Amino acid sequence: MPPFLQVDNLIRHYQGVKAVDGISFAIERGRCFGLLGPNGAGKTTTVEMLEGINEPTSGSILYQGRPLGRRFRDEAGIMFQTTALQDYITVRETLEMFQQIYPRTTPLQELIESCSLEEFLDRDTRKLSGGQRQRMLLAIALVNDPEVIFLDEPTTGLDPQARRNFWELVQSIKQRGKTIVLTTHYMEEAYRLCDDIIIMDHGRIIAQGTPDALLAKHFAEVVLQLPATDFPASYPELEMQMSGDLVEILSSDLNSTINRLTEQGVSLAGLRIRQRTLEDLFLALTGRELRT
Amino acid sequence: MSFRRFLAIMRARNKEFWRDRAALAWNFIFPIMVIGGFAVAFSGDGPDLYKVGITAAQSSQNLHFEEIKYIQFIPVTDLSAAITKVERHQLDMLISPATQQFWINDSSPAGYLLERLLNGSDAGFKREAVTGEGIRYVDWLISGILAMNLMFSALFGVGFVIVRYRKNGMLKRLKATPVTAFEFISAQVVSRLWLLLSVSALVFFLTDLVLDFRMYGSYFDLLIVFALGAICLISLGLLIAARLASEELAGGLLNAISWPMMFLSGVWFSLEGVNPWLVKLAQILPLTHVIDGARAIMIDGAGLMDIWPNLMALMVMTAVFLLIAARTFRWE
Repeated sequence: MPPFLQVDNLIRHYQGVKAVDGISFAIERGRCFGLLGPNGAGKTTTVEMLEGINEPTSGSILYQGRPLGRRFRDEAGIMFQTTALQDYITVRETLEMFQQIYPRTTPLQELIESCSLEEFLDRDTRKLSGGQRQRMLLAIALVNDPEVIFLDEPTTGLDPQARRNFWELVQSIKQRGKTIVLTTHYMEEAYRLCDDIIIMDHGRIIAQGTPDALLAKHFAEVVLQLPATDFPASYPELEMQMSGDLVEILSSDLNSTINRLTEQGVSLAGLRIRQRTLEDLFLALTGRELRT
Repeated sequence: MSFRRFLAIMRARNKEFWRDRAALAWNFIFPIMVIGGFAVAFSGDGPDLYKVGITAAQSSQNLHFEEIKYIQFIPVTDLSAAITKVERHQLDMLISPATQQFWINDSSPAGYLLERLLNGSDAGFKREAVTGEGIRYVDWLISGILAMNLMFSALFGVGFVIVRYRKNGMLKRLKATPVTAFEFISAQVVSRLWLLLSVSALVFFLTDLVLDFRMYGSYFDLLIVFALGAICLISLGLLIAARLASEELAGGLLNAISWPMMFLSGVWFSLEGVNPWLVKLAQILPLTHVIDGARAIMIDGAGLMDIWPNLMALMVMTAVFLLIAARTFRWE
């Protein structure tokens, strides 16, 4: 059986700029696939080519073994980064309009429940809050009971509470066996939701795998954090970096590192140990902060 | 082409139009205000001057009549057209020195006075009486105002709106669905056509209740002219909107098209007597053909056969605009 979505040597040039520069990957059915990368890395261009919105300069995209076509448009649900809707119509009317566009549809009641739309169902779409708007756009993406759902930075600009609510919605979609393609700025989001990720920079893939496998592969160490004020005048000879008021010490052997610190007379009262995150991985791979 | 998808898009667009109170009010109130304003402004005692049409004399000798002050003499070449103007009170009198004839309208007080003056100064003219109701400026203006409203609503309601949809990403959203460009565009056209015709009909009948327009032709013929005109102007709007993504540029272009039409297509004043070059230029403007056709129906009682050159011109322009628009249309 061919992979659910198969991408081979995809290239997209814009007036001489290589936005996407020869990438290949496969997405399996029922998985949540994440594309990570800084602004300008080529995430949105890539995802728009997968959605059939943007034509590749060269390379191929196969959906269940066939080029993107009529069947794909019927079976794909898409949530763009920014979408304007028809003004002056309500959430309910918007959903009804999209239902009439597709041959197969999710019942309205199911959409209302799964995306928690009850409280603003009859409100003009221009008068929604950020979180409400994202929930409605998700409902539109689900209106055709899609096999695959594309979410392009769905929680950018939401407050933490709204973001957490949105993650729960995505989890419940995952549980129903849908395939999800997600781009995001937020490593925590990718870590929580994605089964597989690729990290892109300058139009190329620089890392690929499950989040945990990627971390294990790139980082043997854990991070010890101590308040900078707890250190004596001279620092011990250890691999260290400053992070705000904290000193971060990288360690692959926790016991010996702690012994060294006690020998130097460093107080361990404020010690915290954390695992390396995708954020660290990103910094290590690209030398850049992700969220800039 | 799926009729269901076409209907879905069209219904949403109709709702948007009827619920956008500000734009809706503008569509109704603007033409009513203009028509009402001109009806009041031109309802006074008429011009200070008497207007007399005069055909070229064979001898160079002038009539004593022509020496009277406060009469404006207008040279006339087409006698039958001038007689029609007397019937409509656009000329108070018409004199033909060559044939020693004069024409006046029996229901015109000015004609009565001028007849007395002429008989006092030059004897021997034969009296030819015509009849006919006067045409007020508003009778003449109504076709122009309705057509102008049609033009603005068609150009901006389709052209500008599609550019806005493209800029704000709504077209991109629809491109990601099974909706085709043809379904989307025809939904916009039919929605706007239906709205334009219903708004025009309402404005017409509301103002008619008060002003009682001269309407000698058939309402069906008038509807045909306005429908063809609306389709033509909507197509022009589509042409402008085919691939622009800047609202400012689209707005500028739409203004650059609509303003010359407003002045050269005879909305406010007749182009008779202006530079022939301008009259020729006006022929390439769709609005000219809508207004000429509608005026001929309302004022002269013309039928569709009488105005076929105008109808043909509108249909040819529509075909050209649509062809180019379809070739150049882009979702993004």
